[in-house]
Amino acid sequence: MTKQVLVIEDEPNIAEAISFILSRDGWNVSTHASGTTAVQAVRDVQPDVLILDVMLPGKSGYDILQDLRSSDDTRALPVLMLTARGQKTDRELAERLGVSRFMTKPFSNTEMLSNLRELVGG
Amino acid sequence: MRSPREPLFLARQSYRRRRIEDAARLLPLFGVIAFLLPLMVGGEIGPIRLAYVFSAWFVLILSSMLLARHLGRGVGQDEHSTNSISTVDTDAADDAGGLR
Amino acid sequence: MLTFNTLVGVCFLYVVLLFLVAFVADKRARRSKVRFLTSPMIYTLSLSVYCTAWTFYGAVGYAARSGLEFVTIYLGPTLVMIGWWWFLRKLVRVGRSQRVTSIADLVSSRYGKSNLLGVLVTLIAVVGTTPYIALQLQSVTLSFAVFARDRSAGWAVPDLEQTAFWVAGGLALFTILFGTRNLDVNERHHGVVTAIAVEAVVKLVALLAVGIFVVWGVGGGPQGIASAMDQVIKAAPEGAWALQGGRWVGLTFLSAAAFLTLPRMFQVLVVENVNERQLAMASWAFPLYLFLMSLFVIPIAVVGLSLMPAGENPDLFVLTLPLYFGRDGLAMLSFLGGFSSATSMVIVASIALATMVSNHIIMPIWLSTRPGGASEYGDVRQILLTARRLSIGGILALGYLYYSISGGGSALAAIGLISFAGVAQVLPAMAGGLFWRGASRGGAVAGLITGFAIWAYTLFLPSFGDAGAMSASMLAHGPWGIEALRPQALFGVDGLDPVVHALFWSLILNCAVFILISLMSFPSPLERLQAAQFVNVLDHSGPARGRSFSAATAEDLLVMAQQIMGADQAQAWFQAQAELQGKQGYLPDTTPDFIGRLERELSGLVGTATAHAMIAQILGGATVSVDDLLAVADETQQMLEQTTQLETKQRELTLTARQLSEVNEKLTQLSIQKDAFLSQISHELRTPMTSIRAFSEILRDGGADDPQAAARHASIIHDESVRLTRLLDDLLDLSVLENGQVQLNPRREVVREVLDRAIAATSSVIDHENMHIHRNRSDEGIALYTDTDRLAQVFINLISNAAKYCDAKEKRLAIRVRQRGGRLQVDFVDNGGGVPLESQSMIFEKFSRLSDHLAAGGAGLGLAICREIMDKLGGEITYLPGQSGAAFRVTLPVGNPSTFARGAEAGVNHL
Repeated sequence: MTKQVLVIEDEPNIAEAISFILSRDGWNVSTHASGTTAVQAVRDVQPDVLILDVMLPGKSGYDILQDLRSSDDTRALPVLMLTARGQKTDRELAERLGVSRFMTKPFSNTEMLSNLRELVGG
Repeated sequence: MRSPREPLFLARQSYRRRRIEDAARLLPLFGVIAFLLPLMVGGEIGPIRLAYVFSAWFVLILSSMLLARHLGRGVGQDEHSTNSISTVDTDAADDAGGLR
Repeated sequence: MLTFNTLVGVCFLYVVLLFLVAFVADKRARRSKVRFLTSPMIYTLSLSVYCTAWTFYGAVGYAARSGLEFVTIYLGPTLVMIGWWWFLRKLVRVGRSQRVTSIADLVSSRYGKSNLLGVLVTLIAVVGTTPYIALQLQSVTLSFAVFARDRSAGWAVPDLEQTAFWVAGGLALFTILFGTRNLDVNERHHGVVTAIAVEAVVKLVALLAVGIFVVWGVGGGPQGIASAMDQVIKAAPEGAWALQGGRWVGLTFLSAAAFLTLPRMFQVLVVENVNERQLAMASWAFPLYLFLMSLFVIPIAVVGLSLMPAGENPDLFVLTLPLYFGRDGLAMLSFLGGFSSATSMVIVASIALATMVSNHIIMPIWLSTRPGGASEYGDVRQILLTARRLSIGGILALGYLYYSISGGGSALAAIGLISFAGVAQVLPAMAGGLFWRGASRGGAVAGLITGFAIWAYTLFLPSFGDAGAMSASMLAHGPWGIEALRPQALFGVDGLDPVVHALFWSLILNCAVFILISLMSFPSPLERLQAAQFVNVLDHSGPARGRSFSAATAEDLLVMAQQIMGADQAQAWFQAQAELQGKQGYLPDTTPDFIGRLERELSGLVGTATAHAMIAQILGGATVSVDDLLAVADETQQMLEQTTQLETKQRELTLTARQLSEVNEKLTQLSIQKDAFLSQISHELRTPMTSIRAFSEILRDGGADDPQAAARHASIIHDESVRLTRLLDDLLDLSVLENGQVQLNPRREVVREVLDRAIAATSSVIDHENMHIHRNRSDEGIALYTDTDRLAQVFINLISNAAKYCDAKEKRLAIRVRQRGGRLQVDFVDNGGGVPLESQSMIFEKFSRLSDHLAAGGAGLGLAICREIMDKLGGEITYLPGQSGAAFRVTLPVGNPSTFARGAEAGVNHL
């Protein structure tokens, strides 16, 4: 059964790259570019795993993560976070908020795939 | 030369003392007026005016005593001079006390 | 029965008692046990030398003749004493701080240590006091005579002249013994003062005893006195008991003035004063003393007038009333009271006068006979003491002579007020000197001479009667028949009481001349220095400083001081002064401060003028110069300045602290900004990198099967590389601009052309976004001299921003150009939603993109770059709120080659 992954990323080129990589690996990929409506998108899509950018227009990835973790239906959702600001404090904040995996941009495609597989397979 | 830096407002105690000083300055004026009053009435001096002059005089003395009690507190603890020139500390006290 | 021998015996015993008191007090004082001697009580009692025999006996006579008027003699001093805070306090403070030895010394010291003034005041004092001393001798002999007359049976009638002679001699002996026993820097005589205090008590007790005896013993109590008084008033000549306004006021004033200026009063008030505590108590206690002294005067006069035989001298009622009623003991006490009054006055007056005469007349004469030999004075102390003793003897001899020449007639009785009026002439110079810095030596001299001359002409000389110095015709018609100059009706002012008349004219003209000459003259530096010290004595003024004595050697000064102060005392004093300066031995540095102290110390012995002259001799005639004055002023000024500086410093420190905290905050802000900036940079660089890496990995791993998709991936890689490059360019550009390392290439161009170029450069994005640009080309013909390439860069940025961010359906951009006072204004207004208010302050910051990346395509550095460029061009770019859409205004000087060159140069220099 193909796994559903939701990519929340405002940079269209990056979203396209991720979609392509995951689709070719056999994932069912949907993308979303806005921060404000991200939580709703998660509810709508019901993904097996979520790829979440930090810098989003309207609402930051951290806020979205916090919302997801505070809601019962999304509390257990594996979340892979991506950020272009690879600072230590960012990672710490994300881990405190309950992120599953944390990757800094630019990332290696294979690394991302293996992370995702671990998240859904495990 | 009065210092241009005298404080504008004073503590209660200093304020009271200043007002007593004012009263001490005004007292002789009051005395002058009191002693001029008998002139306002012509004619021979009778026992009444005699009594008035002496009463006014006595009141002045009493007022002066009251004021001096307050004013004297701040002055004069400065020196105990002797008649000897050899007591130089007297001189120092003179200079310090006399001028300060 | 009281025999003459008993009287003389009691008198003698009393005098022995006084000698003992004086002796013990002196001894205690020399053992420095002065607590009791300097008590305010003793001081107050010593002031009673004001009440002489003239007042002890004379007050009753005065009351018998003129009723209540006699109290004016006591009211004046009462007013002065209760007004001590205002006048006496200052006088006493000056007296102490300047080591004043007499009233002549005070005036001399105040007016530049002028000995001329000292001599003048001394002369006035001698002329005014000698008759007064004669009056005392007369009263003592008269009181002896009273006993002699009543008891003629058992008495050998004493020779009055002889009595006076023995009294004068005895007084001279006492005064010389205790008044010149030692030389005292403070010119204080504890022995004499204590004896005077004892006499004061005797006086008061005697008068009160007589008064009580008269009122309750023979007068029938207060009621009896009151009824007797009514009878006396009826029997008295018309108007005798009425109050005469002129005399009432005039005599009160006169007694107040005399209280301050009489040499003996100055001696006990100022010279013998030790501290202000004494003054505070005396301020009420002495008026109380006067009050008690005058309480029974009227009753005694009234009872005497109604009970005593007619023709009895009312001046002696105090003595004759007890005798009349056979109260010998009371009469004896009364006699002792009168004796005390007379002797205390004579003793103090002769001491005061002797000090003045020796310091201002004898010493200067002696000094001037010495040929300049600075320290070759010999034993000055002995000379000074001898001078004092001779002066005392001389003054008493003068008083005795005056008494015997005048014959002790009734003319002498009037001398009290005349004497008062004479010494009151010193008042203007004294009061003016204390309260008016402008009072000058010339004014004081002229005023004193004028007042004294008028006093002598209108009061003193006429007092001898037509047989004396003035003929009857001169008194009646004036000299040479000039009516306006009649001595007792000067300038036609007729009908005044002679004393009031003389007082009025002498003091008015004295003051007028004093003030006028003072206003016109310019005082010497020393005088100004002294004036400042006198007038400001209560304002914490420091002692005189500022003289520099190069030639002086401490040794010369010590030699001289030893001769004046005595070897031991001078050495001790010098040692202590050296110690004060932190030195060992006997020779302090001759600092101006030290010289000033020494001069004050010596002036306590020889008077200010003499001390000044002596020191000046040693110091080679050094006197105060204007520079010294300025130096004194400078000290005050410097202190003021230091205070001001401190305050300024404090203000500066506060300011600096505030600035520091501001800078600190700014630095913190900058640090935060730097972190944020780095974080931003990281993000901006990593974002395109991410796409590039992801797609290049896809391509490396075989790429998309679909060739179209593969091509698209390649083009994304390309676009993102371009974006990355552009970002780096912008960053570099901004960095160059911010660091100021930018080379401007100014040239002349018309705005229109710059705009044309900018629009041409942005044509692709304009076309892509389908934006219309509105221009008014006729307005754009303004010539510019600036780096137009950079300006075009700004325009390009603004136009492409409008194209990208304008959210209107039909995008329109209006470009308006105008010139405002040498400055060019270019507005770019689009028809979009504009920038929200809260973001308006942010948009020129780096990376402050408002909308999302999609539309932006840039890194958000554009406006930041624009701002830097405009800054370099001497202009600015601002957001223009309140327009139809987003609106930016670019302002810059139109410029010309010269100004621009300057500006550019300055810009380069500061890099």
